Amino acid sequence: MFSIKQLVFKDIITVNKLEIKSGKIYCLFGESGSGKSTLLKMFNSMLTPDQGIIAYKDQSITDVDPVQLRREVVMLGQDPVVFDGTVRDNLLIGLQFADKADVEDQVLIDLLKDLHLKKDLDKEADKLSGGEQQRLAVGRVLLMNAEVYLMDEPTSALDEETETAVMDLFTKKIRDAGKTAIMVTHSKEVAEKYSDEIIYMNDIVTNEGALS
Amino acid sequence: MNEMLEITIWQLVTAYIFIVILLAIVRWRKIPREKEIIIATLRMTIQLVLVGYVLMFIFENEKMIYSIIVIIIMETFAVYNIYKRTKQTLSSELKKIIAISMVSGTLFAFLYFDFIVVQFSPWYDPRYFIPIAGMLIGNSMTGITLGVSSLVEGFSSRKKEVEAALMLGAPPNKASQGIVNHAFDSAILPTINSMVGMGIVFLPGMMTGVILSGAGPMDAIKYQIAIMLGITGSVSLSVILFLYFGYKTFFNKHAQLKL
Ligand SMILES: Nc1ncnc2c1ncn2[C@@H]1O[C@H](COP(=O)(O)OP(=O)(O)O)[C@@H](O)[C@H]1O
Ligand SMILES: [Mg+2]
Repeated sequence: MFSIKQLVFKDIITVNKLEIKSGKIYCLFGESGSGKSTLLKMFNSMLTPDQGIIAYKDQSITDVDPVQLRREVVMLGQDPVVFDGTVRDNLLIGLQFADKADVEDQVLIDLLKDLHLKKDLDKEADKLSGGEQQRLAVGRVLLMNAEVYLMDEPTSALDEETETAVMDLFTKKIRDAGKTAIMVTHSKEVAEKYSDEIIYMNDIVTNEGALS
Repeated sequence: MNEMLEITIWQLVTAYIFIVILLAIVRWRKIPREKEIIIATLRMTIQLVLVGYVLMFIFENEKMIYSIIVIIIMETFAVYNIYKRTKQTLSSELKKIIAISMVSGTLFAFLYFDFIVVQFSPWYDPRYFIPIAGMLIGNSMTGITLGVSSLVEGFSSRKKEVEAALMLGAPPNKASQGIVNHAFDSAILPTINSMVGMGIVFLPGMMTGVILSGAGPMDAIKYQIAIMLGITGSVSLSVILFLYFGYKTFFNKHAQLKL
């Protein structure tokens, strides 16, 4: 699905080689500041490497229209974002951004329940707590029906029990639909429990200058 | 028609008592503004006297080229003033768009006003051309200044929101829609407010001028309505042009936010 060769971005990361296969769940694992978020943003053209190639379905990412690419390779950023409006508005806004059709309220209600978020659809979203906002942001992404999901620490603000519920739901949805996911996590347990393959930043990131 | 009352130099001097009062107040309250007040008063006086001489010359030598030179100076000053009044640093791309939208928006509205609404004769008659161009340009300048600040501020304070939208597959125009709409709103709000208060809260300068020069109130009001509509058109047009092209300068060719 993705193939990275000799990628360099500023002096932040250098990746010699990395393959991402379709239909699998990957975890990016590494210490804080090791460039996980930076690398993740390369997969959907939120950042463009200074050197090297990222191919998506055998085509260089720079040749793909970035907006179309992001509709297939959807991303949840590290800091959950809440938009103006209600919980419903916040769930649907991703579909509207991507010109996709809205879904029924019942779908949203079921989704909230799966995320352990017992909130009314008409509640103002900025009234939610940090952890609730994070689940709202996860829900918004899960509605997108994408090919690839890039999730940057999707459960960082959640307690263990809620984290398990969210990860169970998310990985089940992805596996059932045969989609691909690359997620960043701090937790070794989460990485081992939910992913098919762990990508250690230490292994793929060569030291500065190692390429030349 | 009755002629306008003459003010003698000495009567005018007595009006400066208002500044003296203001100076006394700030000195009493120990507000450190004396220097600015004196400078502002001096500048106002000197600038108006100079403009008076320039206008006198232009009105006496009614020539197309003079009207055109004046409008070019006004546009240049307005654009420069927008750059100066915006506190944030502006990219050169954005500056170019400010200049283009300012000039084309005001010129389009002004020429429509000149040739279709009022039909000055000749079209460059400086008695109409200069003050009306000045009003349209001045108001558009204020509008774009507000729009620029709001746009730049919006992109910096709502950066995370724009990025989140992009990550979900939003094209740049959708990702920045909230910021752009807010900027448009804050840019045209003063114009809308001044229409609401028109005639009740204040008699605008244009009308005051027409009445003082001896025309009947109804004539003055017709002018005022026309000019207010012209101002609204000019402000909205220049602000829309600015925002429509301006937001794009915040994105690069990969639809990423420039930092
Ligand atoms: N926009 C940026 N410009 C320059 N340096 C950055 C930028 N974003 C992040 N960095 C730096 O890049 C490194 C990796 O950051 P990041 O990808 O966020 O790491 P992680 O997600 O693994 O914690 C950090 O040292 C960070 O300070
Ligand atoms: Mg990170």
